Amino acid sequence: MAYSSKVIDHYENPRNVGSLPKEDPNVGTGLVGAPECGDVMKLQVKINPATKVIEDAKFKTFGCGSAIASSSLATEWLKGKTVDEALAIRNTDIVTELSLPPVKIHCSVLAEDAIKAAISDYRKKQGAAAAAVDQAAQPPA
Amino acid sequence: MPIKLPIYMDYHATTPVDPRVVEAMLPYFTTEFGNAASRNHPFGWGAEEAVEKARKQIADLIGGNAKEIVFTSGATESDNLAIKGAAEMYREKGHHIITAVTEHKAVIDTCKRLEKAGCRVTYLPVEKDGRLNLDALRGAITDKTILITIMAANNEIGVLQPIAEIGALAKEKGVLFHTDAVQIAGKLPFNVNELKVDMASFSAHKMYGPKGVGALYVRRRNPRVLLSPIIDGGGHERGMRSGTLNVPGIVGFGKAAELCKQEMAAEGERLRGLRDYLNEKLHTQLDELYVNGSMEHRLPHNLNISFAYVEGESLLMGINDVAVSSGSACTSASLEPSYVLKALGAGDDLAHSSIRFGLGRWSTKEEVDYVADKLTSVVSRLRDMSPLYELAKEGVDLSTMVWQTEGH
Repeated sequence: MAYSSKVIDHYENPRNVGSLPKEDPNVGTGLVGAPECGDVMKLQVKINPATKVIEDAKFKTFGCGSAIASSSLATEWLKGKTVDEALAIRNTDIVTELSLPPVKIHCSVLAEDAIKAAISDYRKKQGAAAAAVDQAAQPPA
Repeated sequence: MPIKLPIYMDYHATTPVDPRVVEAMLPYFTTEFGNAASRNHPFGWGAEEAVEKARKQIADLIGGNAKEIVFTSGATESDNLAIKGAAEMYREKGHHIITAVTEHKAVIDTCKRLEKAGCRVTYLPVEKDGRLNLDALRGAITDKTILITIMAANNEIGVLQPIAEIGALAKEKGVLFHTDAVQIAGKLPFNVNELKVDMASFSAHKMYGPKGVGALYVRRRNPRVLLSPIIDGGGHERGMRSGTLNVPGIVGFGKAAELCKQEMAAEGERLRGLRDYLNEKLHTQLDELYVNGSMEHRLPHNLNISFAYVEGESLLMGINDVAVSSGSACTSASLEPSYVLKALGAGDDLAHSSIRFGLGRWSTKEEVDYVADKLTSVVSRLRDMSPLYELAKEGVDLSTMVWQTEGH
Protein backbone atom coordinates (compact mmCIF):
# COMPACT_ATOMS: atom_id res chain seq x y z
CA MET A 1 0.00 0.00 0.00
CA ALA A 2 1.26 3.45 -0.83
CA TYR A 3 1.33 5.87 2.08
CA SER A 4 0.94 9.62 1.75
CA SER A 5 4.05 11.70 2.39
CA LYS A 6 2.45 13.08 5.58
CA VAL A 7 1.88 9.59 6.98
CA ILE A 8 5.48 8.67 6.18
CA ASP A 9 6.72 11.86 7.83
CA HIS A 10 4.79 11.17 11.05
CA TYR A 11 5.92 7.53 11.00
CA GLU A 12 9.57 8.45 10.56
CA ASN A 13 9.53 11.50 12.84
CA PRO A 14 6.69 10.93 15.26
CA ARG A 15 5.80 13.99 17.35
CA ASN A 16 5.37 13.79 21.12
CA VAL A 17 6.14 10.13 21.69
CA GLY A 18 6.29 9.35 25.38
CA SER A 19 4.36 9.26 28.62
CA LEU A 20 3.09 11.77 31.19
CA PRO A 21 2.66 10.85 34.88
CA LYS A 22 -0.63 8.91 35.02
CA GLU A 23 -1.30 9.82 38.66
CA ASP A 24 -1.07 13.59 38.11
CA PRO A 25 -4.62 14.99 38.64
CA ASN A 26 -4.08 17.35 35.71
CA VAL A 27 -3.19 14.52 33.32
CA GLY A 28 -5.85 12.58 31.44
CA THR A 29 -4.99 9.19 29.92
CA GLY A 30 -6.87 7.42 27.13
CA LEU A 31 -6.04 3.83 26.18
CA VAL A 32 -8.12 2.58 23.25
CA GLY A 33 -8.10 -0.32 20.80
CA ALA A 34 -7.02 -3.90 21.42
CA PRO A 35 -3.95 -5.95 20.54
CA GLU A 36 -6.01 -8.57 18.71
CA CYS A 37 -7.39 -5.86 16.42
CA GLY A 38 -3.86 -4.75 15.60
CA ASP A 39 -4.21 -1.24 17.06
CA VAL A 40 -3.71 0.12 20.56
CA MET A 41 -3.31 3.85 21.23
CA LYS A 42 -2.36 5.52 24.48
CA LEU A 43 -2.90 9.27 24.39
CA GLN A 44 -2.28 11.61 27.32
CA VAL A 45 -3.05 15.30 27.83
CA LYS A 46 -1.84 17.65 30.56
CA ILE A 47 -4.40 20.36 31.23
CA ASN A 48 -3.98 23.68 33.00
CA PRO A 49 -6.82 23.56 35.58
CA ALA A 50 -7.26 27.36 35.55
CA THR A 51 -7.37 28.00 31.80
CA LYS A 52 -8.50 24.49 30.65
CA VAL A 53 -5.82 24.72 27.99
CA ILE A 54 -3.92 21.55 26.99
CA GLU A 55 -0.31 22.30 27.82
CA ASP A 56 1.20 19.02 26.78
CA ALA A 57 0.18 15.87 24.89
CA LYS A 58 2.00 12.54 24.46
CA PHE A 59 1.23 9.26 22.73
CA LYS A 60 2.36 5.70 22.30
CA THR A 61 0.83 3.54 19.59
CA PHE A 62 0.93 -0.13 18.62
CA GLY A 63 -0.43 -0.22 15.11
CA CYS A 64 0.20 0.35 11.43
CA GLY A 65 1.85 3.47 10.01
CA SER A 66 -1.49 5.22 9.62
CA ALA A 67 -2.37 4.56 13.27
CA ILE A 68 0.98 5.97 14.39
CA ALA A 69 0.53 9.02 12.13
CA SER A 70 -3.06 9.62 13.32
CA SER A 71 -2.07 9.67 16.98
CA SER A 72 1.09 11.71 16.33
CA LEU A 73 -0.97 14.30 14.44
CA ALA A 74 -3.60 14.32 17.19
CA THR A 75 -1.02 15.23 19.85
CA GLU A 76 0.32 17.98 17.62
CA TRP A 77 -3.17 19.46 17.23
CA LEU A 78 -4.10 19.10 20.91
CA LYS A 79 -1.33 21.28 22.29
CA GLY A 80 -2.58 24.80 22.97
CA LYS A 81 -6.26 23.88 22.47
CA THR A 82 -8.87 24.19 25.20
CA VAL A 83 -10.71 21.06 26.29
CA ASP A 84 -13.80 22.10 24.33
CA GLU A 85 -11.75 22.78 21.19
CA ALA A 86 -10.05 19.37 21.58
CA LEU A 87 -13.43 17.63 21.80
CA ALA A 88 -14.40 19.27 18.51
CA ILE A 89 -11.62 17.43 16.59
CA ARG A 90 -13.26 14.93 14.25
CA ASN A 91 -11.72 11.82 12.76
CA THR A 92 -12.56 13.18 9.31
CA ASP A 93 -10.18 16.10 9.97
CA ILE A 94 -7.41 13.55 10.48
CA VAL A 95 -8.42 11.60 7.35
CA THR A 96 -8.22 14.77 5.27
CA GLU A 97 -4.93 15.99 6.73
CA LEU A 98 -3.18 12.62 6.28
CA SER A 99 -4.98 11.60 3.05
CA LEU A 100 -5.91 8.25 4.61
CA PRO A 101 -7.42 5.68 2.23
CA PRO A 102 -10.80 4.09 3.13
CA VAL A 103 -9.20 0.96 4.65
CA LYS A 104 -7.34 3.17 7.13
CA ILE A 105 -10.24 5.31 8.35
CA HIS A 106 -10.51 3.16 11.50
CA CYS A 107 -7.09 4.55 12.53
CA SER A 108 -8.49 8.09 12.59
CA VAL A 109 -11.58 6.91 14.48
CA LEU A 110 -9.32 5.38 17.08
CA ALA A 111 -7.39 8.64 17.43
CA GLU A 112 -10.63 10.59 18.00
CA ASP A 113 -11.67 7.98 20.58
CA ALA A 114 -8.30 8.34 22.28
CA ILE A 115 -8.72 12.13 22.60
CA LYS A 116 -12.20 11.69 24.09
CA ALA A 117 -11.01 8.96 26.44
CA ALA A 118 -8.10 11.09 27.67
CA ILE A 119 -10.32 14.11 28.36
CA SER A 120 -12.99 11.98 29.99
CA ASP A 121 -10.32 10.50 32.28
CA TYR A 122 -9.16 14.04 33.16
CA ARG A 123 -12.73 15.13 33.92
CA LYS A 124 -13.35 12.06 36.03
CA LYS A 125 -10.25 12.86 38.07
CA GLN A 126 -11.25 16.51 38.44
CA GLY A 127 -14.79 15.52 39.38
CA ALA A 128 -13.49 13.08 41.97
CA ALA A 129 -11.16 15.73 43.34
CA ALA A 130 -13.98 18.30 43.46
CA ALA A 131 -16.26 15.78 45.17
CA ALA A 132 -13.54 15.08 47.69
CA VAL A 133 -13.21 18.84 48.35
CA ASP A 134 -17.03 19.19 48.66
CA GLN A 135 -17.14 16.30 51.06
CA ALA A 136 -14.35 17.79 53.17
CA ALA A 137 -16.21 21.12 53.18
CA GLN A 138 -19.41 19.52 54.49
CA PRO A 139 -20.14 20.64 58.05
CA PRO A 140 -20.18 17.75 60.50
CA ALA A 141 -23.67 16.38 61.00
CA MET B 1 30.18 -7.77 -2.36
CA PRO B 2 27.97 -4.69 -1.99
CA ILE B 3 24.30 -5.46 -1.58
CA LYS B 4 21.69 -4.29 -4.00
CA LEU B 5 18.51 -2.74 -2.63
CA PRO B 6 15.68 -3.58 -2.35
CA ILE B 7 16.45 -7.06 -1.01
CA TYR B 8 14.09 -9.86 -2.01
CA MET B 9 13.37 -12.21 0.89
CA ASP B 10 9.89 -13.36 -0.08
CA TYR B 11 10.70 -16.54 -2.04
CA HIS B 12 7.50 -18.24 -0.82
CA ALA B 13 5.43 -15.72 -2.76
CA THR B 14 7.27 -16.21 -6.01
CA THR B 15 10.78 -16.69 -7.36
CA PRO B 16 12.66 -15.06 -10.21
CA VAL B 17 12.99 -17.25 -13.30
CA ASP B 18 16.44 -18.82 -13.45
CA PRO B 19 18.32 -17.45 -16.50
CA ARG B 20 18.98 -21.04 -17.63
CA VAL B 21 15.22 -21.58 -17.63
CA VAL B 22 14.62 -18.44 -19.69
CA GLU B 23 17.19 -19.61 -22.20
CA ALA B 24 15.45 -22.98 -22.57
CA MET B 25 12.08 -21.27 -23.08
CA LEU B 26 13.03 -18.63 -25.66
CA PRO B 27 12.89 -20.72 -28.87
CA TYR B 28 9.35 -21.84 -28.01
CA PHE B 29 8.02 -18.30 -28.33
CA THR B 30 9.33 -17.75 -31.84
CA THR B 31 10.77 -20.48 -34.07
CA GLU B 32 9.29 -23.48 -32.18
CA PHE B 33 5.87 -21.96 -31.74
CA GLY B 34 3.75 -24.95 -32.74
CA ASN B 35 0.62 -26.20 -31.03
CA ALA B 36 1.45 -29.42 -29.22
CA ALA B 37 -1.92 -30.81 -30.32
CA SER B 38 -1.18 -30.36 -34.05
CA ARG B 39 -0.56 -33.91 -35.21
CA ASN B 40 0.03 -33.29 -38.92
CA HIS B 41 3.17 -31.19 -39.23
CA PRO B 42 6.66 -30.70 -37.78
CA PHE B 43 5.67 -27.54 -35.86
CA GLY B 44 3.24 -29.56 -33.79
CA TRP B 45 5.60 -32.51 -33.45
CA GLY B 46 8.40 -30.26 -32.17
CA ALA B 47 6.12 -28.68 -29.59
CA GLU B 48 4.81 -32.06 -28.49
CA GLU B 49 8.32 -33.42 -28.13
CA ALA B 50 9.29 -30.44 -25.95
CA VAL B 51 6.20 -30.92 -23.76
CA GLU B 52 6.92 -34.64 -23.33
CA LYS B 53 10.51 -33.87 -22.35
CA ALA B 54 9.28 -31.43 -19.70
CA ARG B 55 6.74 -33.98 -18.44
CA LYS B 56 9.61 -36.40 -17.93
CA GLN B 57 11.76 -33.79 -16.17
CA ILE B 58 8.96 -33.01 -13.70
CA ALA B 59 8.12 -36.69 -13.17
CA ASP B 60 11.80 -37.38 -12.44
CA LEU B 61 11.85 -34.70 -9.74
CA ILE B 62 8.92 -36.30 -7.88
CA GLY B 63 9.53 -39.97 -8.63
CA GLY B 64 6.44 -40.39 -10.80
CA ASN B 65 5.78 -41.47 -14.37
CA ALA B 66 5.62 -38.82 -17.11
CA LYS B 67 2.12 -40.04 -18.03
CA GLU B 68 0.92 -39.07 -14.55
CA ILE B 69 1.65 -35.36 -15.03
CA VAL B 70 -1.30 -33.13 -16.04
CA PHE B 71 -0.33 -29.58 -16.95
CA THR B 72 -2.45 -26.73 -15.62
CA SER B 73 -2.30 -22.94 -15.33
CA GLY B 74 -0.86 -23.14 -11.80
CA ALA B 75 -1.29 -24.73 -8.41
CA THR B 76 -4.64 -23.07 -7.69
CA GLU B 77 -6.08 -24.81 -10.72
CA SER B 78 -4.32 -28.07 -9.76
CA ASP B 79 -5.88 -27.95 -6.28
CA ASN B 80 -9.31 -27.20 -7.77
CA LEU B 81 -9.01 -30.03 -10.29
CA ALA B 82 -7.85 -32.57 -7.71
CA ILE B 83 -10.55 -31.79 -5.16
CA LYS B 84 -13.53 -30.95 -7.37
CA GLY B 85 -12.56 -33.60 -9.89
CA ALA B 86 -12.38 -36.33 -7.23
CA ALA B 87 -15.53 -35.15 -5.45
CA GLU B 88 -17.53 -35.44 -8.65
CA MET B 89 -15.94 -38.67 -9.88
CA TYR B 90 -16.33 -40.53 -6.58
CA ARG B 91 -19.70 -39.09 -5.63
CA GLU B 92 -21.32 -42.51 -5.46
CA LYS B 93 -18.67 -43.81 -3.09
CA GLY B 94 -19.01 -40.92 -0.67
CA HIS B 95 -19.16 -37.21 -0.15
CA HIS B 96 -16.79 -36.61 2.76
CA ILE B 97 -13.47 -34.75 2.41
CA ILE B 98 -10.86 -34.18 5.13
CA THR B 99 -8.49 -31.20 5.13
CA ALA B 100 -6.82 -28.92 7.69
CA VAL B 101 -7.44 -25.34 8.82
CA THR B 102 -3.93 -24.23 7.79
CA GLU B 103 -4.30 -25.19 4.13
CA HIS B 104 -3.87 -22.69 1.33
CA LYS B 105 -7.00 -20.78 0.28
CA ALA B 106 -7.00 -22.67 -3.02
CA VAL B 107 -7.85 -25.78 -0.99
CA ILE B 108 -9.99 -24.22 1.75
CA ASP B 109 -12.20 -22.21 -0.59
CA THR B 110 -12.57 -25.13 -2.99
CA CYS B 111 -13.76 -27.27 -0.07
CA LYS B 112 -16.16 -24.53 1.03
CA ARG B 113 -17.70 -24.44 -2.43
CA LEU B 114 -18.13 -28.20 -2.40
CA GLU B 115 -19.90 -27.94 0.96
CA LYS B 116 -22.50 -25.75 -0.75
CA ALA B 117 -22.86 -28.50 -3.35
CA GLY B 118 -23.66 -31.08 -0.67
CA CYS B 119 -20.24 -32.43 0.33
CA ARG B 120 -19.26 -32.74 3.96
CA VAL B 121 -15.83 -31.36 4.84
CA THR B 122 -13.81 -31.84 8.05
CA TYR B 123 -11.29 -29.06 8.72
CA LEU B 124 -8.84 -30.57 11.18
CA PRO B 125 -7.09 -28.27 13.67
CA VAL B 126 -3.31 -28.38 14.02
CA GLU B 127 -1.04 -28.64 17.05
CA LYS B 128 0.80 -25.60 18.44
CA ASP B 129 3.77 -26.40 16.21
CA GLY B 130 1.56 -26.36 13.11
CA ARG B 131 1.57 -30.13 12.58
CA LEU B 132 -1.45 -32.32 12.09
CA ASN B 133 -2.41 -34.83 14.77
CA LEU B 134 -2.50 -38.25 13.06
CA ASP B 135 -4.91 -39.71 15.62
CA ALA B 136 -7.33 -36.88 14.90
CA LEU B 137 -7.02 -37.63 11.20
CA ARG B 138 -7.60 -41.33 11.76
CA GLY B 139 -10.65 -40.54 13.88
CA ALA B 140 -12.10 -38.28 11.21
CA ILE B 141 -12.12 -40.93 8.47
CA THR B 142 -15.53 -42.54 7.87
CA ASP B 143 -16.81 -44.99 5.26
CA LYS B 144 -18.03 -41.97 3.32
CA THR B 145 -14.58 -40.34 3.14
CA ILE B 146 -13.30 -40.15 -0.43
CA LEU B 147 -10.40 -37.71 -0.14
CA ILE B 148 -7.79 -36.42 2.30
CA THR B 149 -6.10 -33.21 1.16
CA ILE B 150 -3.20 -32.02 3.33
CA MET B 151 -0.38 -29.79 2.16
CA ALA B 152 3.22 -31.02 2.27
CA ALA B 153 4.72 -27.72 3.49
CA ASN B 154 2.91 -24.62 4.66
CA ASN B 155 3.35 -21.41 2.66
CA GLU B 156 3.46 -19.13 5.72
CA ILE B 157 5.29 -21.05 8.42
CA GLY B 158 7.09 -23.64 6.26
CA VAL B 159 5.96 -26.45 8.55
CA LEU B 160 6.15 -29.93 7.04
CA GLN B 161 3.22 -32.25 7.54
CA PRO B 162 3.76 -35.99 8.16
CA ILE B 163 3.00 -36.81 4.53
CA ALA B 164 4.39 -40.38 4.59
CA GLU B 165 2.25 -41.24 7.62
CA ILE B 166 -0.83 -39.64 6.08
CA GLY B 167 -0.15 -41.50 2.82
CA ALA B 168 0.10 -44.82 4.65
CA LEU B 169 -3.10 -44.14 6.60
CA ALA B 170 -5.00 -43.12 3.47
CA LYS B 171 -3.83 -46.29 1.72
CA GLU B 172 -4.87 -48.43 4.68
CA LYS B 173 -8.33 -46.87 4.68
CA GLY B 174 -8.72 -46.89 0.90
CA VAL B 175 -9.10 -43.11 0.73
CA LEU B 176 -7.47 -40.96 -1.95
CA PHE B 177 -4.72 -38.62 -0.77
CA HIS B 178 -3.98 -35.28 -2.42
CA THR B 179 -1.24 -32.94 -1.28
CA ASP B 180 -0.50 -29.35 -2.23
CA ALA B 181 3.24 -29.76 -2.77
CA VAL B 182 3.90 -26.26 -4.08
CA GLN B 183 6.30 -25.14 -1.37
CA ILE B 184 8.22 -28.38 -0.97
CA ALA B 185 8.80 -29.18 -4.65
CA GLY B 186 12.41 -28.65 -5.63
CA LYS B 187 13.35 -27.67 -2.06
CA LEU B 188 13.32 -31.04 -0.24
CA PRO B 189 13.11 -34.62 -1.54
CA PHE B 190 9.50 -35.48 -2.40
CA ASN B 191 8.68 -38.87 -3.91
CA VAL B 192 5.07 -39.72 -4.72
CA ASN B 193 5.65 -43.47 -4.43
CA GLU B 194 7.59 -43.43 -1.19
CA LEU B 195 5.00 -41.07 0.32
CA LYS B 196 2.00 -42.94 -1.15
CA VAL B 197 0.55 -39.77 -2.58
CA ASP B 198 -2.27 -40.16 -5.12
CA MET B 199 -2.38 -36.56 -6.34
CA ALA B 200 -0.01 -33.62 -5.86
CA SER B 201 -0.17 -29.97 -6.96
CA PHE B 202 2.85 -28.06 -8.27
CA SER B 203 3.60 -24.56 -9.49
CA ALA B 204 6.52 -23.55 -11.72
CA HIS B 205 6.96 -20.01 -10.40
CA LYS B 206 7.70 -21.18 -6.86
CA MET B 207 10.72 -23.13 -8.12
CA TYR B 208 12.48 -20.66 -10.43
CA GLY B 209 10.21 -21.35 -13.40
CA PRO B 210 7.70 -19.03 -15.10
CA LYS B 211 4.31 -17.92 -13.78
CA GLY B 212 1.12 -19.23 -15.34
CA VAL B 213 2.03 -22.92 -15.44
CA GLY B 214 1.58 -25.71 -12.93
CA ALA B 215 0.89 -29.40 -12.79
CA LEU B 216 -1.20 -32.00 -11.04
CA TYR B 217 0.32 -35.40 -10.48
CA VAL B 218 -2.46 -37.99 -10.91
CA ARG B 219 -1.59 -41.60 -10.01
CA ARG B 220 -2.23 -44.14 -12.78
CA ARG B 221 -1.63 -47.42 -10.91
CA ASN B 222 -2.46 -48.65 -7.38
CA PRO B 223 -4.91 -47.03 -7.50
CA ARG B 224 -5.75 -45.57 -10.89
CA VAL B 225 -7.16 -42.15 -10.01
CA LEU B 226 -9.92 -40.79 -12.23
CA LEU B 227 -11.00 -37.16 -12.19
CA SER B 228 -13.92 -35.31 -13.71
CA PRO B 229 -12.49 -32.34 -15.60
CA ILE B 230 -13.39 -28.84 -14.46
CA ILE B 231 -12.52 -27.37 -17.87
CA ASP B 232 -14.13 -28.94 -20.92
CA GLY B 233 -12.94 -28.71 -24.49
CA GLY B 234 -10.56 -30.51 -26.81
CA GLY B 235 -9.72 -33.32 -24.41
CA HIS B 236 -6.09 -32.45 -23.84
CA GLU B 237 -4.13 -34.02 -20.95
CA ARG B 238 -5.93 -37.38 -21.01
CA GLY B 239 -9.24 -35.54 -20.97
CA MET B 240 -8.58 -34.09 -17.52
CA ARG B 241 -7.63 -30.60 -18.62
CA SER B 242 -8.63 -29.21 -21.97
CA GLY B 243 -6.94 -26.17 -23.44
CA THR B 244 -3.96 -25.56 -25.72
CA LEU B 245 -0.78 -26.29 -23.80
CA ASN B 246 1.41 -23.38 -22.72
CA VAL B 247 4.46 -24.82 -24.47
CA PRO B 248 7.08 -22.18 -23.51
CA GLY B 249 5.83 -22.22 -19.92
CA ILE B 250 5.89 -26.01 -19.77
CA VAL B 251 9.42 -26.13 -21.24
CA GLY B 252 10.51 -23.66 -18.56
CA PHE B 253 8.78 -25.67 -15.85
CA GLY B 254 10.60 -28.80 -17.00
CA LYS B 255 13.97 -27.10 -17.05
CA ALA B 256 13.32 -25.58 -13.60
CA ALA B 257 12.48 -29.05 -12.26
CA GLU B 258 15.66 -30.51 -13.76
CA LEU B 259 17.79 -27.77 -12.15
CA CYS B 260 16.09 -28.24 -8.78
CA LYS B 261 16.74 -31.97 -8.90
CA GLN B 262 20.44 -31.36 -9.57
CA GLU B 263 20.94 -28.53 -7.07
CA MET B 264 18.38 -29.18 -4.33
CA ALA B 265 20.66 -30.93 -1.84
CA ALA B 266 23.42 -28.33 -1.90
CA GLU B 267 21.03 -25.39 -2.16
CA GLY B 268 18.93 -26.67 0.75
CA GLU B 269 21.97 -26.98 2.99
CA ARG B 270 23.20 -23.51 2.07
CA LEU B 271 19.80 -21.92 2.74
CA ARG B 272 19.35 -23.82 5.98
CA GLY B 273 22.66 -22.34 7.14
CA LEU B 274 21.60 -18.83 6.16
CA ARG B 275 18.16 -19.23 7.74
CA ASP B 276 19.62 -20.49 11.02
CA TYR B 277 22.12 -17.63 10.97
CA LEU B 278 19.28 -15.10 10.51
CA ASN B 279 17.31 -16.69 13.35
CA GLU B 280 20.28 -16.71 15.73
CA LYS B 281 21.30 -13.18 14.88
CA LEU B 282 17.80 -11.82 15.51
CA HIS B 283 17.55 -13.70 18.81
CA THR B 284 20.94 -12.34 19.89
CA GLN B 285 20.02 -8.76 19.07
CA LEU B 286 16.39 -8.67 20.26
CA ASP B 287 14.31 -10.12 23.09
CA GLU B 288 10.71 -11.39 23.05
CA LEU B 289 10.79 -13.05 19.65
CA TYR B 290 8.62 -16.06 18.96
CA VAL B 291 9.23 -18.46 16.09
CA ASN B 292 5.90 -19.58 14.64
CA GLY B 293 5.71 -23.29 13.85
CA SER B 294 8.05 -26.21 14.35
CA MET B 295 11.76 -25.56 13.72
CA GLU B 296 12.39 -29.29 13.45
CA HIS B 297 9.81 -30.07 10.75
CA ARG B 298 10.30 -27.07 8.52
CA LEU B 299 11.42 -26.02 5.06
CA PRO B 300 15.11 -25.08 5.17
CA HIS B 301 14.57 -21.63 3.67
CA ASN B 302 11.62 -20.49 5.82
CA LEU B 303 11.51 -18.45 8.99
CA ASN B 304 8.39 -16.91 10.53
CA ILE B 305 8.86 -14.78 13.62
CA SER B 306 6.54 -12.69 15.78
CA PHE B 307 8.15 -9.56 17.19
CA ALA B 308 6.07 -9.05 20.33
CA TYR B 309 4.55 -5.59 20.98
CA VAL B 310 5.21 -4.39 17.42
CA GLU B 311 2.54 -4.40 14.71
CA GLY B 312 3.60 -6.15 11.50
CA GLU B 313 2.55 -3.52 8.99
CA SER B 314 4.39 -0.73 10.78
CA LEU B 315 7.39 -3.04 10.91
CA LEU B 316 7.26 -3.58 7.15
CA MET B 317 7.02 0.17 6.66
CA GLY B 318 10.28 0.57 8.58
CA ILE B 319 12.08 -1.97 6.43
CA ASN B 320 10.72 -0.81 3.11
CA ASP B 321 13.91 -1.75 1.25
CA VAL B 322 13.39 -5.40 2.24
CA ALA B 323 10.69 -7.51 0.59
CA VAL B 324 9.17 -9.83 3.19
CA SER B 325 5.55 -10.42 4.15
CA SER B 326 3.54 -9.98 7.32
CA GLY B 327 0.80 -12.09 8.84
CA SER B 328 -0.98 -8.90 9.83
CA ALA B 329 -3.75 -7.73 7.56
CA CYS B 330 -4.62 -4.31 8.87
CA THR B 331 -5.67 -3.25 5.37
CA SER B 332 -8.63 -5.60 5.22
CA ALA B 333 -11.99 -4.45 6.49
CA SER B 334 -12.12 -7.23 9.05
CA LEU B 335 -8.63 -6.54 10.45
CA GLU B 336 -8.17 -10.29 10.56
CA PRO B 337 -4.61 -11.48 11.02
CA SER B 338 -3.28 -14.62 9.37
CA TYR B 339 -5.62 -17.59 9.87
CA VAL B 340 -2.62 -19.90 9.79
CA LEU B 341 -0.97 -18.19 12.77
CA LYS B 342 -4.30 -18.03 14.61
CA ALA B 343 -4.65 -21.78 14.11
CA LEU B 344 -1.41 -22.29 16.06
CA GLY B 345 -3.11 -20.63 19.02
CA ALA B 346 -0.41 -18.01 19.44
CA GLY B 347 -2.90 -15.20 20.10
CA ASP B 348 -4.04 -12.53 17.69
CA ASP B 349 -1.59 -9.95 18.97
CA LEU B 350 1.37 -12.15 18.06
CA ALA B 351 -0.21 -12.98 14.72
CA HIS B 352 -0.33 -9.23 14.04
CA SER B 353 3.36 -8.99 14.89
CA SER B 354 4.68 -11.63 12.51
CA ILE B 355 7.07 -11.50 9.59
CA ARG B 356 7.66 -14.29 7.09
CA PHE B 357 11.16 -14.60 5.65
CA GLY B 358 11.67 -16.72 2.55
CA LEU B 359 15.24 -17.26 1.41
CA GLY B 360 16.15 -18.48 -2.04
CA ARG B 361 18.65 -19.24 -4.75
CA TRP B 362 20.14 -15.74 -4.80
CA SER B 363 20.04 -14.90 -1.08
CA THR B 364 23.42 -14.00 0.44
CA LYS B 365 24.89 -13.72 3.91
CA GLU B 366 25.37 -9.98 3.34
CA GLU B 367 21.65 -9.63 2.71
CA VAL B 368 20.82 -11.59 5.85
CA ASP B 369 23.13 -9.33 7.89
CA TYR B 370 21.51 -6.21 6.47
CA VAL B 371 17.98 -7.49 7.14
CA ALA B 372 18.76 -8.59 10.70
CA ASP B 373 20.41 -5.28 11.60
CA LYS B 374 17.69 -3.19 10.02
CA LEU B 375 14.97 -5.16 11.78
CA THR B 376 16.74 -4.79 15.09
CA SER B 377 16.81 -1.03 14.82
CA VAL B 378 13.21 -0.71 13.59
CA VAL B 379 11.80 -3.13 16.20
CA SER B 380 13.64 -1.23 18.96
CA ARG B 381 12.32 2.10 17.72
CA LEU B 382 8.72 0.83 17.42
CA ARG B 383 8.86 -0.79 20.86
CA ASP B 384 9.89 2.55 22.32
CA MET B 385 6.61 3.93 21.02
CA SER B 386 4.50 0.86 21.82
CA PRO B 387 2.05 1.18 24.73
CA LEU B 388 1.99 -2.63 24.95
CA TYR B 389 5.75 -2.81 25.47
CA GLU B 390 5.47 -0.12 28.14
CA LEU B 391 2.68 -1.97 29.95
CA ALA B 392 4.55 -5.27 29.75
CA LYS B 393 7.69 -3.66 31.18
CA GLU B 394 5.53 -2.28 34.04
CA GLY B 395 4.58 -5.87 34.78
CA VAL B 396 1.02 -5.72 33.44
CA ASP B 397 -0.27 -9.04 32.13
CA LEU B 398 -1.65 -8.02 28.73
CA SER B 399 -3.66 -11.21 28.34
CA THR B 400 -5.84 -10.38 31.35
CA MET B 401 -6.40 -6.71 30.45
CA VAL B 402 -9.83 -5.54 29.40
CA TRP B 403 -9.58 -3.60 26.14
CA GLN B 404 -11.95 -1.01 24.89
CA THR B 405 -12.78 -2.49 21.51
CA GLU B 406 -16.31 -1.26 20.95
CA GLY B 407 -16.77 -0.06 17.42
CA HIS B 408 -13.49 -1.41 16.08
